[in-house]
Amino acid sequence: MYTQALDTHGREPVPAPAADGSEAAARFQARIDAEEKIEPKDWMPDAYRQTLIRQISQHAHSEIVGMLPEGNWITRAPTLRRKAVLIAKVQDEGGHGMYLYSAAETLGISRAQMLEQLLSGAAKYSSIFNYPTLTWADVGAIGWLVDGAAIMNQIPICRCSYGPYARAMVRICKEESFHQRQGFEIMLRLAQGSPAQRVMAQDALDRWWWPSIMMFGPSDADSKHTAQSMRWKIKRFSNDELRQKFIDITVPQARFLGLTIPDPALRWDEALQHFVIGPIDWNEFHAVLKGNGPCNRERLEARRAAHEAGAWVRAAAAAHAVKQAVRERAGSAGQARQA
Amino acid sequence: MTDATRDPSTADWPLFEVFIRSRSGLEHKHVGSLHAADARMAVEHARDVYTRRQEGVSIWVVRSVDIVASDPEEADALFEPARDKVYRHPTFYAIPDEVKNL
Repeated sequence: MYTQALDTHGREPVPAPAADGSEAAARFQARIDAEEKIEPKDWMPDAYRQTLIRQISQHAHSEIVGMLPEGNWITRAPTLRRKAVLIAKVQDEGGHGMYLYSAAETLGISRAQMLEQLLSGAAKYSSIFNYPTLTWADVGAIGWLVDGAAIMNQIPICRCSYGPYARAMVRICKEESFHQRQGFEIMLRLAQGSPAQRVMAQDALDRWWWPSIMMFGPSDADSKHTAQSMRWKIKRFSNDELRQKFIDITVPQARFLGLTIPDPALRWDEALQHFVIGPIDWNEFHAVLKGNGPCNRERLEARRAAHEAGAWVRAAAAAHAVKQAVRERAGSAGQARQA
Repeated sequence: MTDATRDPSTADWPLFEVFIRSRSGLEHKHVGSLHAADARMAVEHARDVYTRRQEGVSIWVVRSVDIVASDPEEADALFEPARDKVYRHPTFYAIPDEVKNL
């Protein structure tokens, strides 16, 4: 659900495109140009592999960390229905992380390595999850705006040149639509509710609007990976193109809710046939990416605590597996499963 | 597997490939992979990861290391024998239009 233009802010330097101009590299690019999919065992330039490992693992981390801000409200959901929906949504995010980790593993990185990168703080994840969920309306705003922005980013990745990533993304996009709709429904209910509920909805929009806009990553002028990713057909649209699409569909939705977008400069441009927004505060974006957002430390601490608290479960499962294997070898009831 | 016994809390569990039959009458189809300590856990995880919306009526899991695959580098040679045998397709044969039911 939750990629932001993740390829645009890796810590590592831009991977140099295969400088060898070798026959293999030319053949590879020809396959990409012909819209062929690349599969795990196919030859690929190392820079393509590294770019994908970085992007897919960051995407996976985002799904996992993304469970935290919403999980915060599971115990306090206002009704049993909302609670069941929120649990299902958070479980989906966990599932999305699993699909993506599997896809990244086909490129030669292990799950343990990726987990280590996340827990040590070396890996990036979507900056949006470093903002707090202060009220119930935030759960609505996340579904509506954050999942909405994620869908906008992710639909083109369904046609990504790397087969396993594209397939994972098809599955994810299918599941994503309910996330956005349940969020909008929460906002709608609040917007039609008491004055206090309307204030709460507006407050959530005020806090989530700009971070959602920033999810699309730096503007095209500053986006260092875009051109190569486009040539490799990992990326199909630029950050600014996707951001504009999101703005154009979301502004009317906010108006339907009777809420105000927190941007005094926002206007409809008749000539462009687009909504034009005011300047984005990129200092905030870079500060959050660097680890200075409101919740960066809290998120990583929560992940580490969960990992450590689960150690005994993993140890027990591994010990059980060994015991079962020994018993099966000894000839006791090792039941073959047949479908 | 041996890694998992050496350091059970940090090493990766074995990788399994997951195949799902979406409804009876259809074949099992590869849907993805996951890690699990053993085959039984792999089936349970596959249910949670790949069938949260009733996508299946049956699950197969196979250890990824047990899969033997053809080599993409040798695909040309491997599949070459079928390439010049267009006569295996019905469209190879020219039949006059007047002849029906062929």
